[in-house]
Amino acid sequence: MTTTAKTPTEILADAEAAHRAVAGAVERRIIICAGTGCVAGGALAVRDAFAAKLDTLGLRVTIALEYESPAAADVYLSKSGCQGFCQMGPLVTIEPEGVLYTKVQAEDVAEIVQTTLMGGDVVERLLYVDPRKREHCRSKDDIPFYQRQERTALKECGSLDPEDIREYIALGGYHGARRALCEMTPEEICAEVLRSGLRGRGGGGFPTGRKWELTRVQPGHEKYVICNGDEGDPGAFMDRSLMEGNPHAVIEGMLIAARAVGARTGYVYVRMEYPLAVKRLRRAVDDAHRFGVLGADILGSGFDFELKIMEGAGAFVCGEETALIASVEGKRGMPMPKPPFPAQSGLRGKPTVINNVETLAAIPLILRTGAEAYRARGTANSPGTKTFALTGHVANTGLIEVPFGATLNEIVYEIGGGVTDNAGRITDRPFKAVQIGGPSGGCLVGEHADLPLDFDSLGSVGAMVGSGGLVVMNDTTCMVSVARFFMQFAQNESCGKCVLCREGTRQMLALLDEIIAGDADETTLTVLEQTAQAVKTGSLCGLGKTAPNPVLSTLHYFKEEYEAHVFDKRCPVGACKALTPPVILAEKCIGCGLCVRKCPVKAIAGEKKQPHVIDHQTCVKCGVCLDACKFGAIVQGVAV
Amino acid sequence: MRVEEKQTTVDRETGSQTIGRSFEKVCEILDHHQRNPAMLIPILQAVQAEYRYLPKEALAYVATSLGLPPARVFGVATFYAHFALSPKGKYVIHVCDGTACHVKNSQGLVDAIRKRLGLSEDKHTTDDMLFTVETVSCVGACGLAPVAVINEAVHRQVSPQAGVAAIEKILESEEQA
Repeated sequence: MTTTAKTPTEILADAEAAHRAVAGAVERRIIICAGTGCVAGGALAVRDAFAAKLDTLGLRVTIALEYESPAAADVYLSKSGCQGFCQMGPLVTIEPEGVLYTKVQAEDVAEIVQTTLMGGDVVERLLYVDPRKREHCRSKDDIPFYQRQERTALKECGSLDPEDIREYIALGGYHGARRALCEMTPEEICAEVLRSGLRGRGGGGFPTGRKWELTRVQPGHEKYVICNGDEGDPGAFMDRSLMEGNPHAVIEGMLIAARAVGARTGYVYVRMEYPLAVKRLRRAVDDAHRFGVLGADILGSGFDFELKIMEGAGAFVCGEETALIASVEGKRGMPMPKPPFPAQSGLRGKPTVINNVETLAAIPLILRTGAEAYRARGTANSPGTKTFALTGHVANTGLIEVPFGATLNEIVYEIGGGVTDNAGRITDRPFKAVQIGGPSGGCLVGEHADLPLDFDSLGSVGAMVGSGGLVVMNDTTCMVSVARFFMQFAQNESCGKCVLCREGTRQMLALLDEIIAGDADETTLTVLEQTAQAVKTGSLCGLGKTAPNPVLSTLHYFKEEYEAHVFDKRCPVGACKALTPPVILAEKCIGCGLCVRKCPVKAIAGEKKQPHVIDHQTCVKCGVCLDACKFGAIVQGVAV
Repeated sequence: MRVEEKQTTVDRETGSQTIGRSFEKVCEILDHHQRNPAMLIPILQAVQAEYRYLPKEALAYVATSLGLPPARVFGVATFYAHFALSPKGKYVIHVCDGTACHVKNSQGLVDAIRKRLGLSEDKHTTDDMLFTVETVSCVGACGLAPVAVINEAVHRQVSPQAGVAAIEKILESEEQA
């Protein structure tokens, strides 16, 4: 490529022009979501079906824009990153009409081609139906799930081809980097990011600009930038979507960070559970090299930056920055005491900036449009937008992006479409709790429905933004079981360095098991709370410091539920099997009387040949009747 | 490097013998990473991709080649969940037990699969080396909960019945093969 003589602006303008020329020559674009969710639903088979069908009609099809030898094509079958509405996938968008089809299968392709491509009409049965208004939604803009969001970081995920660097540039990509490299000093970059008010999206909420400035002022020429893509929180997948859907935004963010702090080498640390993200990032790094936006003398600015991809090996604690550094160095991922902070002494003892994927992906936008424009969204102390993974008992699950300050009501009911029952139907009953921030976070309940969500407001109610997992729970969820679930996770993932984290989480798990098994006594809750405080105080890193949060938070908001387990030996929602008395299903019971004879406490009664009933006051839940019944008429573990 | 779906070169019966013969491959991996101790994790990942687990002999060999104490290599190999010190089955089933999957009954799914294959919380691999069943904390496909990943293919909204059906299908195809 003979780009060396051109100015940076020209290099980017050329790429943009190339993209416009080639993309503009194609009449139609069919965008097939190729995120992990849609691929699992058969998106690739859908793409193949389109290619085959269009071919039989004599249309020329391309699955990637050809720049080297542009060949005329009628239809561009483009793949996109995750569009966030995974539950309705595979998603197919037809451009230029903008029609969005949901749950498309290979069998539907012939009809789409016939009706929409040839006939200019829509296939109504594949449109999304708003379950509240029962209306068909023609495009993304008509769907409440998308209407109520403000997608900035995720904006391009879902439209651009993540493997096409020119398209990224055509949408304004690498212009932020050009500005940072060619027009600004490192001090100015740090100041601009600080002014934007951007705070770390990994959970801590530390101002990114300050982190950079701390690293920039360190002496020495060997410094590092690390992108923390070790998204281990169960229930969060925004970093995966960003790395899969817009890998160049992450790379550009890292390039700007590197320029700001004076680093020459960067690492992207990705979870090995995300193979597609790894593949797309590798491809993006290769393309960026070929394009001269990575490597030596980037865009002719004289600045060099190399980027390496590292795969994690499955350890949640590596999301903690000092543990992640140890892992990059080839060691066990165990956290180190801070200070010294990585900004002072990080990878190989050198000053290191570690930022989360979502934080870095926001950087190009800030540099491109300026700090003030960025501040226009969100709240005063938490500017910008935040992506949340909305899951659990909610009608629309998926990845959403809203400005900080949005409320739970807006998220759960307007974007999420309402709470669902266990069969997936929308119910009128309110959510019981929304768990935010995963194993480090806490529960939000009905009283927080109108609380504007940001870093500080969540902290004040004992929760945290964390990485942004929002799990909606309906009123059949047992909160003790939820607390136990997170404690099991924390106990598994504790690295074992701090005694209070290693042993304390084990003790807390054992106490929760006792409560669920009905073996708890009046001291259990006190000991549980004391242990929780001890683990919080006696742990070095965020994992241990926050591991008791789910327990403390559920104890705070659902104390009576714990007490019912402990004192009444009763699970109010009937989820804990050991505490739920068996029931006789009237339609299956033939009244043989076998269970009556077997019951050791005479808790079962009934007329012969008539359905029997169990007296729950007398029943000791021994389970003998379950084994005795030959007709499967006695069940345990269902709500009564 | 990502573990690819690759047929193992290790014969299960005579495991160690075959490993002895193919240390060549370990050397290649070590050379590819310039025998740099900082690259220990990518090296172990590549070794595991080759053998589908980390044979003890290979760990010792890697330690010696990198000039690291074997305890350090063993420590890393046991620290990270991805590394396996015993052979895994031909079909590795990862049932996601992230929050979203958990509230949508992933436990019922894993119980049903284990029951069908005669496995338990402590026994992960079937005796015929066909299946390994493990839970993972989150595969990041929460919108599709509950999720099971069978040799990298993500299966969405898997009910306990659907999980067992998927296993029956594999068993059927194995019998025909």
